Amino acid sequence: MSATTHAALPKASLPGGPAKNQAVAAALGRRRRATALTVKLACYAATGIGLALLLSILGTLFWNGFTALSPRVFTEVTKPPGSDGGLLNPIIGSLIQAGIGTLIGTPIGLLVGTYLAEYAKASPLANAVRFVSDILLSAPSILIGLFVYQILVVPFGGFSGWAGSVALAIIVIPIVVRTTEDMLRLLPDTLREAVIGLGAPKWKMITLVCWRAAASGIVTGVLLAVARVAGETAPLLFTSLGNLNWSLSLSGPMSSLPITIYSYAGSPYQDWIALAWAGALIITLGVLGLNIAARTLLRRK
Amino acid sequence: MPPSATLAPDAIAASGSPPGLRRGSASGAMGDAIFAAACRIAGLLVLALLGAIIIGLFIGGLPAFRAFGFGFVFSTEWDPVQEVFGAGVSIYGTVITAVLALVLAVPLAFGVAFYLTELAPAWLRRPVGTAVELLAAVPSIIYGMWGFFLIVPFMAQTVQPFVIDTLGELPLIGDLFAGPPFGTGIFTAALILAIMVLPFIAATMRDVFETVPAVYKESAYGLGCTQWEVVRSVVLPYTRISVVGGIMLGLGRALGETMAVTFVIGNANRISTSLFGPGNTIASVIALEFGESELGSLKLSALLALGFLLFVISFIVLAASRFLLRQRRKA
Repeated sequence: MSATTHAALPKASLPGGPAKNQAVAAALGRRRRATALTVKLACYAATGIGLALLLSILGTLFWNGFTALSPRVFTEVTKPPGSDGGLLNPIIGSLIQAGIGTLIGTPIGLLVGTYLAEYAKASPLANAVRFVSDILLSAPSILIGLFVYQILVVPFGGFSGWAGSVALAIIVIPIVVRTTEDMLRLLPDTLREAVIGLGAPKWKMITLVCWRAAASGIVTGVLLAVARVAGETAPLLFTSLGNLNWSLSLSGPMSSLPITIYSYAGSPYQDWIALAWAGALIITLGVLGLNIAARTLLRRK
Repeated sequence: MPPSATLAPDAIAASGSPPGLRRGSASGAMGDAIFAAACRIAGLLVLALLGAIIIGLFIGGLPAFRAFGFGFVFSTEWDPVQEVFGAGVSIYGTVITAVLALVLAVPLAFGVAFYLTELAPAWLRRPVGTAVELLAAVPSIIYGMWGFFLIVPFMAQTVQPFVIDTLGELPLIGDLFAGPPFGTGIFTAALILAIMVLPFIAATMRDVFETVPAVYKESAYGLGCTQWEVVRSVVLPYTRISVVGGIMLGLGRALGETMAVTFVIGNANRISTSLFGPGNTIASVIALEFGESELGSLKLSALLALGFLLFVISFIVLAASRFLLRQRRKA
């Protein structure tokens, strides 16, 4: 409703009610509309700033990344500055560690999510597990690196790809827990009753029916988890450390894309900085691609 | 176990006899017990994991806590040569960057959430919402590089000289904006952090704004309220607690962020009065100094003690956030 319609109304619409001062009403209306407009414009501006930031980040990344990208990046290993190196070992190292991390973390997360949704539900223990899982979901990832350093690097005498993979697995678990529980809870109880009514044991109901019915949601969670750990740098600093030589051994220091980007971007060599941009582009495309894939998968359902 | 337990499942399925049912329940009881136990153990493992992280960091930091006592938390000394360490500067840096980041991010996040729930035309909501969520998915190292190569020069050449010459000249608040324009520093770190937590806060706010029953909003609109009045008098009071929870979630993220901050904060162990001065945070100190710490040294222990303190701070913030957001989860 606007002030102009106020002005057009007959004076004092209710008999015996307070008389309405048209001038005051119009001024109030103007002020309200002015405030509303100001806030609205500020919100448009805020959204514009948010989108501009995304564009700026992607723009910078694409510009610097594609200029630096060449087949050499994927075929050559890291080399000293000025000798046409690539990023082959960091890429492979990242794939291996993210892969193993996901392979370790997914089954555990899946079981925990199942425990919360199908067994413990609202019991005190379930609430505790849920709470702890949520804390782990947002806990500083560098601390997970420190923790794994203490339990896997110090006792076993050195940085290793295994330690890096385990650190990433710890990050994967809470993500898979969250999506698994949410997805299982969306299933109607009638589905469970139907399966139990056929005489199937509960574990078959869960593995053969519930998991399958929630499969796309669970896969979404796993994809998001892969996307998250693929770009993690901090937990790898003290676990797999990084390795400038070609090495596929999980028991020794292992190269990874984020760590290589970190050390190259801070270096004074132009060709290393260019390679860092190329690596950053590869990671971002991978991560955003996985995110979009996960979204599409969930929406199709 | 009944004798029919040895029958092949196919035979039972074909006969469809009651013994088949019994057999199913017998193996089912066994399978159920194993599966339930596996799920339960996995759940307990998660509990143990958090306990182990806390205890591990505490034990690792114990030598430092023993050497410096409770004063470790407040001491601003950090001298690897003399082996004197204190957490004061990095705790200050961690808190000030995170709070400053929220001051910058919360109004923007509110604007984005308000836009997405009330102002945007229906066809724009999903693409803009997705774009905001993608901003949250970008790895932190990318923010670090972007900040280091784009924002730092911009701050050093344009923003900081201008602010230092104008606000820096003012009495009282001038000190906050004084000093040479390095480009890096507390303010730049807070700015990058703000950009990083913006999508988290905006997405949470949008989600809680959407839980407001349409009837409430329609009633307010029916009374002639403007969109702003609806949000201020209906949506915000209804979602107040969850909004604070979402902000705390952003704070939790900002406190523990490592890579982006390490790139742009300038990394100096001192508390400077100027926001443009260099500083450090717990996470950046750990990331940078770890490589120079020998196994078993007091410095390594001090870093683990810092990690323990960071974990305690984040735990409190995240627990508070979850407590405040629990209403939303129930809804």
